[in-house]
Amino acid sequence: MPRIGDDLQRYLRTEMMPTVWCPGCGHGNIARAIASALEHGGYDPERVVLVGGIGCSGRTPFYFNTNAMHTTHGRALAFATGLKMARPDLKVVVVTGDGDALAIGGNHFIHAARRNLDVAVVLYNNSIYGMTGGQQAPTTPVGARSTTSLSGAIEPAFDAVELAMAAGATYVARTTTFDAQEMPVLIAEAIEHPGFALVEVLTQCPTYYGRLNRLGDAPEMLIWERDLTEPSPDPLTREQMAGGRRTGVFRREVRPEFTRSYAALCERLGAAADA
Amino acid sequence: MDGMRLVMGNEAVALGALAAGCDFYAGYPITPASEILEGMARLLPPRGGVFLQMEDELGALAAVIGAAWGGARAMTATSGPGFSLMQEHIGYAAITQTPCVVVDVQRGGPSTGLPTLPAQGDAMQARWGTHGDRPAIVLTAASVRGAYEATIQAFTLAEAHRQPVVLLLDAVVAHMREPVDLPPPPAPSQRRPVRSPEPPFGEHPFTPFGAGRPIVVTGLSHDDEGLPRTGSARASERMLRATEARMAADPALAGLDRYRLDDAQVAIVSYGVTARVARAAIDTLRQAGLPVGGLELTVLWPFPEREVADLAARVDAILVPELNLGQMVLPVRAAVAGRCPVTSLGRADGTLFQPDEVAEAVRALPAGTAMGRDQRHA
Repeated sequence: MPRIGDDLQRYLRTEMMPTVWCPGCGHGNIARAIASALEHGGYDPERVVLVGGIGCSGRTPFYFNTNAMHTTHGRALAFATGLKMARPDLKVVVVTGDGDALAIGGNHFIHAARRNLDVAVVLYNNSIYGMTGGQQAPTTPVGARSTTSLSGAIEPAFDAVELAMAAGATYVARTTTFDAQEMPVLIAEAIEHPGFALVEVLTQCPTYYGRLNRLGDAPEMLIWERDLTEPSPDPLTREQMAGGRRTGVFRREVRPEFTRSYAALCERLGAAADA
Repeated sequence: MDGMRLVMGNEAVALGALAAGCDFYAGYPITPASEILEGMARLLPPRGGVFLQMEDELGALAAVIGAAWGGARAMTATSGPGFSLMQEHIGYAAITQTPCVVVDVQRGGPSTGLPTLPAQGDAMQARWGTHGDRPAIVLTAASVRGAYEATIQAFTLAEAHRQPVVLLLDAVVAHMREPVDLPPPPAPSQRRPVRSPEPPFGEHPFTPFGAGRPIVVTGLSHDDEGLPRTGSARASERMLRATEARMAADPALAGLDRYRLDDAQVAIVSYGVTARVARAAIDTLRQAGLPVGGLELTVLWPFPEREVADLAARVDAILVPELNLGQMVLPVRAAVAGRCPVTSLGRADGTLFQPDEVAEAVRALPAGTAMGRDQRHA
């Protein structure tokens, strides 16, 4: 069980701090939880690659003293796929946002899940585009305001958990920045999981989502997160999932993992096992 | 040696990649480049290399760049529509100084255009397609043997200059078969991290992850440590300029062939499959007593300005036939700088030039006049 307050310096690039994130933003809490999870696993920072996309979440890799790739908008998982296939020995953690992973990067998200590639994906879901100034995201709930849906969103929102499960992810969990104790535990489990692992973290954006929807500042938004979600038994049945923003672990299963299946194919075709 | 055998241009690219030590390929099916994808799917797994069919071309080049940072010698191949999608990641590879190879087997465009029919319409996109400025290396080839050698050269140049290298082929060279004698490829070997106290970017050699300290890779302007900080915009510009300067001084990038050019008074500047048509036209014109020769580009970018300027000082006129509406004629005109008339002969209907058509265009040139009309093919 990772404990908060352990020595995380080994994993953090403090020279790059303070972060770009606004006061009250939840992204720093998630970054801290990732550092906690890495420390819990005892990973050598040089054997870890943090791959980020574009957006507020995508800045996370700069604050880590691991290898880091800050890639292009939506494509972090495609970069991670090539990297992990070339170097299955490296631990690859993808940090992405709701717009990054589910709008522009939706295709890579479902295909990486389909392949069951051994990466852990931490999806920072703040229900809005933060870095560009508060536009509607594919996760903005119906009725919620953004700068491109001032009268309330009319498009149904994506459920990242349902999407990942349908696409074939083998570890799927959701938590919130309110659940500060649970968050590093789930991320640690995702990093250890041998396959495509998703942890969706509902996080607060007081600057845009909070302001536009009159949800108050960070403390009020944390309470909002608490009230919005419902902790769930582990694992949930399909019926238990329906209708609510449940948190917890939704799936934890083992299915052939892509880099291992590929290695087996090479071996079958006569390649040296260590090639 | 395998001995002489008939090899398709696209197969030659796959074999050339293996010969260069390529151990990673990611791609997406598209005509007329799919034989490269299929060839790598067959060749790489038994050799322990990675073959990956991605969900789109953006993903294919992203995977190639990710693999390169993992230590792979990585390549992708596509055609026009996929090449358009890859432009953002060509820029990413440029600013992150990631060695990788992108093959574009051109087809008629714009858009879905003329699938399977040849074109040379991506010459400018290969140079300027991504947003912002970048140094560009773009190779081309006119034969199966040439495609094989250019692929090997692409890997060498990518490594030497830490940049993405584009190989532009056309559907004719890609799909034709010619007898070639190719050596069996060596076993693939991953690039090893180099432990060095030097910063990971700027004027320092490429080293993948695992070189003794963590590396940060970003598409943001960054300093030589890879970090986006105060002064990093200047550092990125310095890197881009230095790379361009190093390319200009690299003799491997002065690639061109001369065909019956020594005593020529009229020159045909061409590349790819069109260079072969030009040779046939030159032979016909020579038989008729006309002193015509060919300058054949094998490196489109960096453009051989000095060679073309020297040529312009020696000949009365230059014809630039190409399977587009006039692209490489623009840098030719810039290099010639009015020293002689430059005429564009363009065609973008999916058919090749006939030698007679090129010969006729030469006969119609304003040769002999100090400054003839500068005709642009309508």
